[in-house]
Amino acid sequence: MSFVSQFKAQARVMAGDLRHRKIIRTALRNYEIVRDVRKASFQDWQGARQLAAETKWQAVNHLDQHLEQFTAKLESRGTKVHWASNAAQAREIVLKIVKDKKAKSVIKSKAMTSEEIHLNDALEHAGLNVVESDLGELIVQLRKEAPYHIVFPSMHLTRDEISELFQRELGSAATNDPEELTMIARRALRKKYLTADIGITGANFAIAETGMISITENEGNARLTAALPKTMISLIGIEKVLPRMEDLALFLPMLATMGTGQQLTCYNTLYSGPRQPGETDGPEEWHVVLLDNHRTELLADAEQRDALHCIRCGACLNVCPIFRNVGGHTYATTYSGPIGSVITPHLRGLQDWKHLSSASSLCGACTETCPVKIDLHHHLLQNRRNAAKQQPSFAEKTSFKLFAFAANRPALWNFGKKMARIFQPLQGLVKGTPVDPAKAWTQTRDLPQLAPESFKDWWRNRK
Amino acid sequence: MTVTLFIPCFVDALFPRAGISMVQILEGLGHKVAFPESISCCGQPPFNSGYWDEARTVAAKVLPQLANSEAIVIGSGSCGAMLKVFYPQLFENTPQATLAKQISDRTWEFSDFLVSKLGVTDLGAKFPHKVTFHDGCHGLRELGLKKSPRALLGKVNGLELVEMGEAETCCGFGGTFATKFPMISTAMGEVKCASATETKAEYIVSNDSSCLMHIQGLLSRQANPLKTIHLAEVLNLK
Repeated sequence: MSFVSQFKAQARVMAGDLRHRKIIRTALRNYEIVRDVRKASFQDWQGARQLAAETKWQAVNHLDQHLEQFTAKLESRGTKVHWASNAAQAREIVLKIVKDKKAKSVIKSKAMTSEEIHLNDALEHAGLNVVESDLGELIVQLRKEAPYHIVFPSMHLTRDEISELFQRELGSAATNDPEELTMIARRALRKKYLTADIGITGANFAIAETGMISITENEGNARLTAALPKTMISLIGIEKVLPRMEDLALFLPMLATMGTGQQLTCYNTLYSGPRQPGETDGPEEWHVVLLDNHRTELLADAEQRDALHCIRCGACLNVCPIFRNVGGHTYATTYSGPIGSVITPHLRGLQDWKHLSSASSLCGACTETCPVKIDLHHHLLQNRRNAAKQQPSFAEKTSFKLFAFAANRPALWNFGKKMARIFQPLQGLVKGTPVDPAKAWTQTRDLPQLAPESFKDWWRNRK
Repeated sequence: MTVTLFIPCFVDALFPRAGISMVQILEGLGHKVAFPESISCCGQPPFNSGYWDEARTVAAKVLPQLANSEAIVIGSGSCGAMLKVFYPQLFENTPQATLAKQISDRTWEFSDFLVSKLGVTDLGAKFPHKVTFHDGCHGLRELGLKKSPRALLGKVNGLELVEMGEAETCCGFGGTFATKFPMISTAMGEVKCASATETKAEYIVSNDSSCLMHIQGLLSRQANPLKTIHLAEVLNLK
């Protein structure tokens, strides 16, 4: 099945799933309340957005310089830097490190880049034991599912469903108390941290000025992932760069505000290198893998370059009426929601993924909320234009040509309206049935009646 | 002033009362109304589907017919955004770029024209009903209209405005989206209708007939007694 038919089939199921709709709405209603409280605590939220957008613009437009500075600083403290042009290269780099270390088990903290390159599959295929340490990620890993949402990987599940999963997979007792569920996961994970040979993390920000990465989290799992195993690997998209350390003063609260509705997340850590001489803890080796994977192609697109501003806060997913009704898995992409619909055609091919840009009413709620001011819904429109230009659909092109032909000939247009008025009663006879030419509309909605006297008729008659 | 009315294709064929109300309101305020009869459509359907050449073919015929207008008024945020925001993009680097920009500058959505350009809010209308207002997305986010329609509704005698929780949420119409992805569009419309129903209003008012067409289509199918009406019609009832 093609990607578009798969999307449509899944969307049909999910859009009618009222239970799913309710779970997501309830979860997001709580998010909306706390997000708005935090937004209001900024002295000037729109000013903060503008500053963030300008900072990211600067970072992305001078990416080469920032990356050179970032990696030079990293290397000066003994970090090994690797460059991966694509997903396959990134997997090879990680697998080689794992092999060199004769590692048997890997513990991971949340990293969308790892989802993007399907790292877990590759590691497991190579015979490694891989454990996700973020609670939400662990839950979807146990369910053998992809994350549902960039920030809330398991938001589609109820506490009871999670409890059942833990009983089955971790042998725990039944409970639907969130704290107890967290403790069950923690107990299972603690042993894994101690026995893991390698810890793999992502990064929220890469600070060029100081050669540090910033990881923001609520469970402390990323700290343990980075601190306990002897070898640490960080898989980072090249667009994560921020020029200066002081930029974090804006970006950390902004990410927390829009991601989870917090002033700051519970743990914010900066990593600057492996264990230095005289230090008592930290990994012996730190490898940073910088991932391009088509990001430079997006960089070359002057119109949509701002999509690289994304800080993966998930705010655009949360306000998107499409996401809220079809859910994260329907997209079948690493990045779902508006940002996913914008960038997936760049990352994985326009013709295969253009349907995501069409599956939007272009309502613009995403653009309005985006803290780094990505022009998301206009990029969806540009993707549609680029797709139609590159490979037009014959049926659509022909019908729009006919449409334009008629629209530019008022007599023909008005004749069409008269014909429609004659045929509408006939269409009424087959309304909503498979032979109804308007069935895409009429299966769930009534069609309005054509007015016996159009506006133009009225205008002419009154003169 | 002479006001040139742009009547969207679906208003002409399906909702002429919205257009007629605008003519009567503007004439009632002492303005002359002009209507270029040979305009059929602004070209938004092919534009939003990505077929910009075809959209340009349609829009190129619209431009000269609006060239000499003083003010262009549209009773739809969606078509309004097409003329105001997207025509300049569509004609960028073409010989009509300047004209497209001039027309963009002169284009007004109906409620905004009344409030921001004419400075009128009280039209002496009477509509003794409880209503809720639906913000069409293009009007709200492309044109930044939030206050004008409410300022007008606030002056209607007997009218009680109850805001719905999902006032700013898309109704799911989205032009060709509604038939390309009917399942998603319908789900979005259901959310909208449920939120409007919760207010116990009798009418959903909007400044965009295209959204109302979608919402009314769902309400009728669900036998929901809630009714839809264009803002101009409300403002024209005495």
